[in-house]
Amino acid sequence: MLLGMRSGLLVPFSNERTGGRSRFAVLTTPFVVCAALSFAGWAASSPRRGPFGTRAKQAPPVQSPVAQAAGTAQAIPASPAVQPVGLNVVVLDPAHGGTDYGARGTEGIRESEVVMEFTVQVRRALESQGFQVVQTRMGNENPSFDDRSAVANAQQGAVFVSLHIGSTGLPGTVRVYANEELPAETDATGLIPWERAQGPFLSLSRKLGDFVQGQMALRFKGSPNTVQSAAVRQLRTTAAPAIAVEVSSVTVENRNDLDRMAPGVADAIAKGVAAFKPSYVVAGAAGVRP
Amino acid sequence: MSPKWRSGLIFGLAIAVCGAAIYLPTLRQRVKRTAKLVQETEEQARRELTQAITGNPNGPRVKTKLFWASGADGAKLTAVTVELPLADDPVLRAKQVLNTLLAGPVDADLRTLPPDAALLEFYLMPDGTGIADFSEAIGTSIPSGIESEQLAVDSITRTLEANVPQVRQLKILIHGQEVDTLAGHLDLTGTFVVSTKPAATPPAKPAKVS
Repeated sequence: MLLGMRSGLLVPFSNERTGGRSRFAVLTTPFVVCAALSFAGWAASSPRRGPFGTRAKQAPPVQSPVAQAAGTAQAIPASPAVQPVGLNVVVLDPAHGGTDYGARGTEGIRESEVVMEFTVQVRRALESQGFQVVQTRMGNENPSFDDRSAVANAQQGAVFVSLHIGSTGLPGTVRVYANEELPAETDATGLIPWERAQGPFLSLSRKLGDFVQGQMALRFKGSPNTVQSAAVRQLRTTAAPAIAVEVSSVTVENRNDLDRMAPGVADAIAKGVAAFKPSYVVAGAAGVRP
Repeated sequence: MSPKWRSGLIFGLAIAVCGAAIYLPTLRQRVKRTAKLVQETEEQARRELTQAITGNPNGPRVKTKLFWASGADGAKLTAVTVELPLADDPVLRAKQVLNTLLAGPVDADLRTLPPDAALLEFYLMPDGTGIADFSEAIGTSIPSGIESEQLAVDSITRTLEANVPQVRQLKILIHGQEVDTLAGHLDLTGTFVVSTKPAATPPAKPAKVS
């Protein structure tokens, strides 16, 4: 699958490896995106305020985060109405769901259930900081990896936070992961391969991860001070600064031990994302994605 | 049919139904047990088959570094040196070290890979890509989580790096198939870097002097 940079807009198409649900999403996403593009184009040409708030005034074209991260001058295709857009959306991804329980403890603790409860608190903390929050799942469904990434890839000025409860690690600690080295690739037509969508955002993901991990270390003794590297599948196809937060662990004897961590985890994520916000200015305009 | 025969037949049928009701759960348990036994035997046979490929047991023993979890911090790896009669052939050597890694340390808490997992095959491509094909147990029996899955892969790659320099990167298959993740988190669709050192070139043969 490729993320097509049409006027800077990431358009997913043709993924042979995705399953039925994902294929559906792949087929429908371009139509949804086209509709959104048309609407946004109309909104851009209109002098009045948009329905979602005040639009920033036009600014000179800025280098895309793709180019910023890669340290090259290879910017997105020029757009007449490019303007800087700040971070305003956080995509929360409660991992697993449905028949996939994720990690399971001997006391019957299921990762898929605990992360949903963490998500509620993280969402509340983020909203209190003024962020708009989008979730990849609201109930006990299990979207595919690509479907979850598609939610993030459809946002503008978003970061992606995937929530996990591990089955190892010192109970009461939290680790934040960014993806391992992933070369930023574009093909001759300027398309970013869907399979490598995280590549251009890797340095931003590390920065976000360091902010959040630093906050975790203040609250949970024994947690690392800096972001960890791992080949997390969910992050690879996400075209935004993306981290995975893993809380230890489902092996606790009492579920309350985990529940007590939720407010601290939520606060740490919200403060970490807020601290990261000034460093994330993406090239964008109405209907234009980095 | 006389009433006497009819009641006898009904009584007989009732006894048969009762007998079946009592016997069926036992039968079901036996079937389950047999199925499990067959599965275990197959797994065991696979392991024996793959572990049978060892180097010359009488050959010189080489110091071999294996990476298992460290006792103090389960999230880190520590090198343990053992002496093994390693083969010169890189594929055989890779099989030997990975099978020893899978066999695990004496202390089960230091394990990074599930005890019932087996290495089914190992291939080495000319570009230095090693392909390790593991049994399903590596994905189903490993504790699910980013940390545990990353630790498992790190223990494999670092053990290969220390003992089989010909392997530059590693691709992991499960039962001959490419899978999305190890156990729901770690990405197995790509390759893992094993060694970033420049490839060792074979020593040049001395020129023939006529």
